[in-house]
Amino acid sequence: MSKSNEPFLWSLFGAGGMVAALFMPICILITAILAPLGLLPPGNLFALFGKLLVRLFLFVLIALSLFHWAHRFRFTLVDLGLKKAKTPIALVCYASALAGTLLTAVFLFGLWS
Amino acid sequence: MQSKEYVRPMPATWWLHNIHLKLFMIRELTSLFVAGYAVFLLVLISHGDDLKTFTDTLLCPTAIIFQLIALPFVVFHSVTWFNLTPKAIVLFRGEERVSPRVIAGTHYFLWAVISLLILIVVL
Amino acid sequence: MDKTITLEVFRYLPDQENQPRFQSYAVPYREDWVVLDALNYIKDYLDGTLSFRWSCRMGVCGSCGMMVNGDPKLTCAAFLKDYYPNPIRVEPLTNFPVIRDLVINFDDFLHKLKEIKAWLIPKEEKPVSTGEYLQTPAQLAQYKQYSMCINCMLCYAACPVYGLEPKFLGPAAIALGQRYNLDSRDGAKDQRADFISSSEGIWECTFIGECTRVCPKHVDPAGAIQQAKVINTQEWWLSFLMPWGKRGTHAK
Repeated sequence: MSKSNEPFLWSLFGAGGMVAALFMPICILITAILAPLGLLPPGNLFALFGKLLVRLFLFVLIALSLFHWAHRFRFTLVDLGLKKAKTPIALVCYASALAGTLLTAVFLFGLWS
Repeated sequence: MQSKEYVRPMPATWWLHNIHLKLFMIRELTSLFVAGYAVFLLVLISHGDDLKTFTDTLLCPTAIIFQLIALPFVVFHSVTWFNLTPKAIVLFRGEERVSPRVIAGTHYFLWAVISLLILIVVL
Repeated sequence: MDKTITLEVFRYLPDQENQPRFQSYAVPYREDWVVLDALNYIKDYLDGTLSFRWSCRMGVCGSCGMMVNGDPKLTCAAFLKDYYPNPIRVEPLTNFPVIRDLVINFDDFLHKLKEIKAWLIPKEEKPVSTGEYLQTPAQLAQYKQYSMCINCMLCYAACPVYGLEPKFLGPAAIALGQRYNLDSRDGAKDQRADFISSSEGIWECTFIGECTRVCPKHVDPAGAIQQAKVINTQEWWLSFLMPWGKRGTHAK
């Protein structure tokens, strides 16, 4: 049996799972409850995007969350019976995550200095 | 004389067999909501150069409804994730294994601290 | 009038029938009886043609594993009183071919035990005259939990991944691999690495956790597998970042 490169993908899955677990609930609370209820002016959030540290944080959160999904979802589809298509499924999932990551980088680091 | 062995087929609905498997499947499907919110953030930041479209996206009713549905699933991800950390993080002090409660508890504590800090920064 | 309980037992008699069926038996209900007692009552008094494996009847030999109401159990540890008055459905362990009645073919499991080299391979051969291997309580603690495995295969019956992919090494084999890898007397981690860290080894596992739930000896094979994933990942990154080092597992 050849050496598996799964450890690399599992690292991304694990990092993404940890980051999403720690940071995502509070972010959803902010964007889905505090902002719409008027407890947080959208301008405040908008202004935060100017900060490099915030942009880096969002890049890590979005990119790793997408890779977490890609890895988990690809195994879920196999668990649900799509074993025969497991290689194309994996490719599509990781490619989507990569595409999302690149888009995020462009928006966060490409549009402003 | 070799008799024929009987091989039982595995049903496609295997994950409905008991509550643990159902909860497992829900846990796995939380990744869809994790990715969904990440995509929402992606769309949001794509309007990072225009306050008006940014605000429209932020306050869009469909987006809010999606997030409100996603929130319990993302919290379920967090809870199941932290509860499983002791399985992967195995630490010994001599003969004694560091209690799983301590490992999981540390993550919950971190979760609370981080959430509080982010709230402070944002508000 | 003595109380009775019904057992619905999976029957498969390949010499007579192509298809399996269920047969109902009414056995005496005793507070202290287990399902194995009921099966032995059936064989002794009701139907001598029923075939099943059992041995120690006290939860240490691993022979009497069967599906009881759809859950893998040691039948010597499944008490009738936990099911009474409802009928009890007894079937052979899932995910294994059935030879006859409740008897499964577990050659695949034995093959995997051999693949994983589930025995102690010392770092160097020492003659008996040099004395015993010394091991501290702390060193014992590293692997002791995984040494409790009685090879009962309930975890294989419970594992949907094994059901979907028979090539999967499986919970017990991986836990036993870990048991020896973590044993300070053992030196064969490299020999086991190819199987443990292959795509049919630990990386097939999606951490469903049923194996740990059903294990009668609290081995926690799911934990062993996650531990192995962490260790294998650390080694992968080390060999990726520092490829010049002959770091253990993937030197070829």
